[in-house]
This record gives sequence, structure tokens and C-alpha cells, in this order.
Amino acid sequence: MNDVLTLISFGPEGWGDEIVQGVLITVSLALATLPFGLVLGFLIALAKKSDEPSLRNAANIYTTIFRGLPELLTLFLVYYGVQIGIQEGLKLVGVEAYIEVNSFAAGMVALALVFSSYASEAFLSAFRGIPQGQYEGGYALGLSHRKTMGLVILPQLVRLSLPALGNLWLILLKETSLVSVVGLSDLVRQSGIAARVTKEPFLFFGVACLIYLVLAMISSAGLSRVEAWSKRGEVRR
Amino acid sequence: MIAANPATGRAAPPPPARKWTNTRILGHVLMTLWIVAGAYLLFYLVSNIQSPFVLKYWTKYAEGLVVTVEIVGLSLLIGVILSVPIAFARSSKLKVIAAPAYAYVYFFRGTPLLAQTFLIYYGAGSFRPFFEDIGLWWFFRDAFNCVVFAFALNTAAYQAEILRGAVQNIARGQWEGAAALGLPKPVTFFKVILPQALMVALRPYGNEIILMIKGSAIASIVTIYDVMGETRRAYSRSYDFQAYIWAAVLYLMIVETLRRIWDKLEARLTRHLKR
Repeated sequence: MNDVLTLISFGPEGWGDEIVQGVLITVSLALATLPFGLVLGFLIALAKKSDEPSLRNAANIYTTIFRGLPELLTLFLVYYGVQIGIQEGLKLVGVEAYIEVNSFAAGMVALALVFSSYASEAFLSAFRGIPQGQYEGGYALGLSHRKTMGLVILPQLVRLSLPALGNLWLILLKETSLVSVVGLSDLVRQSGIAARVTKEPFLFFGVACLIYLVLAMISSAGLSRVEAWSKRGEVRR
Repeated sequence: MIAANPATGRAAPPPPARKWTNTRILGHVLMTLWIVAGAYLLFYLVSNIQSPFVLKYWTKYAEGLVVTVEIVGLSLLIGVILSVPIAFARSSKLKVIAAPAYAYVYFFRGTPLLAQTFLIYYGAGSFRPFFEDIGLWWFFRDAFNCVVFAFALNTAAYQAEILRGAVQNIARGQWEGAAALGLPKPVTFFKVILPQALMVALRPYGNEIILMIKGSAIASIVTIYDVMGETRRAYSRSYDFQAYIWAAVLYLMIVETLRRIWDKLEARLTRHLKR
């Protein structure tokens, strides 16, 4: 037992500080992806509910692709695709170079693509939950289309889409683990290194799993507070 | 279409031409981009169909596909069997039974599949003497077994939640009605509740199958040569990016076909609910 405590302790003997660094990278990757995913997802949801069929089709093709591809494959497509794309581009200019793409950035792009296509569905079903009368009410008060969106629809949209978005956030947090495969020193990779060096794989991957659980618990607690905040206008039943 | 006006005999006026609004322009631009990209992809694939890469590796991809189907099929099958007792335990009134089932489901839904796979595949080595003693080491020594084991445990947790949600969704009156008819509980469950629950659960089950197909790509990281594994091997040997393009096309076709089949199936099974 003492062994175990030394192994996961901080300092030169233990692997605690390395693992904490991994946790920080995992969390920052998820947090950095979130705003891009949300904005992109919202725009795609707008396109999907538009009256213009060509715009709807374009948005549907996007979601079909990124919901159909395995996340790991999307990551590889982005990671190697961008690398090869830049190298070929440089070749055209006459520069021969080996480019290595930053795995954090590649992970962010890939995860944002996947997140946005799922988030667009969440936003779309939330849009469907807002009755037409809300728009008409806004216009009747003389609000412009933009103001109706910002002041009337968006606040309700946040409330309606929060449960689904919360789930997507938890999924995103778990999917960051995939980026360890292209070399990002996140939680899984750091515990993998610790496992290999100390020959205690069960301990370190177990610790990694528990840390993911704790992150999920913290997120759920935070999300339920945000949900309570978003429902502050509702009558208490 | 409105026919000619009977009073005047004149044809109805044509519908007003749709204006070129900004959204319409944007939609057409984006669609054009997709069409160009799709056409280029098609051209790329067709022009590469006789390339040395395809000739060399297409059998590998086929073998990988078989492995993927095996992993997904086995895991889902074991998951279905495991999920029933877990779902029952989870909705049990006894805390002693419900709490472990809740912990199981929470653990497998709250941690990444990748970490679970590593935990089982590499972690089994920590208990090698123990497994050798009880004669199970041959099982955990093989990466394929470990992956199926991990995936089955994972999908069992998700499927248990689907099943539980669907059964709980059935109104109490159904249980009470069956009880009033004198049906015993097991008969009520299998003949009255389950058929209705499966209808509700059909869509989430379909999503779970698709998630499992996509998740099975993770197996490639622990030395399994499924579609993804063969893709990575082909890429590391040839440095030809079409390895990933073919894999993407293959996965998209599988998932899209399955999704369409599932839509048809759902429409068929719920046809008595349509008016």
C-alpha cells in the first residue's frame, strides 16, 4: 500500500505531478474546443432550420460526414491531412520541408468538427421547442430580426438545449483521450508513460479512469448549477 | 397547381420568382463547394482504383472489415446478455443490489473507452500470476479478447441504461392491467412490457450500434488489425494519404447504410402508430 502511495505522490519519487500536468492538458483541450464547437454548431443549426433548401442540404452533408466517421479517423484525417497539405503546398513554392502539426491544434480542430455536428442537432431540437408565437411576439413589439433572436429566442434556446449540450460536454471530455494517440501528453498518455516505467499499468490506468470520473462529477455538478440558473425565470413547482 | 380560372379562362399567374437573398447565395455557394469536393473525391477514388496502393492493400482492408464486424458483433451480443441483469439490478428497490449496478454503469459511462481498453489490456498484466493460477491468462494474453471484453463491458453499461429507460417509460397501467388479467409478472414483462419497451428503445439501440462501430476504431491502438488498424499499417508503410481516404469512405458507407436500414426498420415496427 505504501508503494502505491509513493508511486502516485508528488515529487521526484512519484508520478503525481506528471499526471496533474496531463489532467491540465486534457481539461484545457476540452475547454479550448468548446467555444468553437458551440459557435459552429449554432451556425449549422441555423442553416438546418433555414427556409433555403440548398443551405439545409449543405448543413446536412456536413453533419452526416462528421457523425458517421469514427472520431479517431477524423483526428488522423486532420492530423496527417493538414501536415501533407502544407508540405504539398510548400513543394509548389519550391520549399522541401517536413512539417509536424501541433497535436493540440489538430485535436482541437477534429474535436470541434465532431462536437459541432452533434451540437447542431441539440440546437435544432431546441429551436423546434420554441413556438412560432415567440418570434411573432418579438416582431409585434417592433424588434428587428436580430434583436428578436438575441433577446427573445436565444435565452430560451440556452435553457432548452442545455441538457443535451451538457451530455455533449461529457462526451467531449472523454474524447480528448483520443488525442493522446497523436502524441499529446494528456492524462491517458502521461499515465501510460508512468505505467510503462513503473510496470504498474493497472494502478495508473485505474487512476486515470478515476480522474476522468472525478472530472465528470465536477462537470455534472457545474452543469446542474448552470441549468438551475437558466431556469431561474420559471415558476417553481 | 391551380388550373385556369373558370370565369375568364386565363391561366393562373406563375409563382413569383424567388429572390436571390443572402441565405440563398450562401446556400448555393456551400452546395457548390460540396459538389466540387464530392466530384473531386470521386475522381480521386476512381483514378486510384487501379493504383499499386489499392491493388496491394485492398485484401487487407477486407480482412480488417471482417475483424471490425467480429469485434462489434461479439461485443454487442455479450453486451445485450449482460445488460439485462444490470438493468434489473439498477432498478431494484434493494440498495445493496442497486448501488453496485449504478456504480458499474457510472464507471463505464463516465470514463473514455480508450482508458477502459488500456486498463484491461495493459492492466491484466499486473495480475498475471493470479490469472495464471485460475487458468485465465490465455484469455487476457490475446489483445482481441481484451478488446472484446472491454467493449462488451462498456456497451453493456450503455445498453442497460437504454433498457431501463425504455421499461420505465411504459405506463404503470400496463403492469396493472396485466395484473388485473391475472398474468404472472414474468409473462407480463415478456409479453406486455418488453414489446412496447423495445419500440421505444429501437432508436437508442441503433445509435449504440453506430457508436460501437465508430468506437471499434480504438481497437487499432492496441495492435488489433481492424479497418482502422489496417489503415494505419498501410499508411505507415506507404506514406500514401489515400489510406485514410479509403477508410473514411468505408466507415461512412457502413454507418450511413446502417442508419438507413434502421430508419426503415423503425418505420416498419411503428407503422401501427402512424395515422
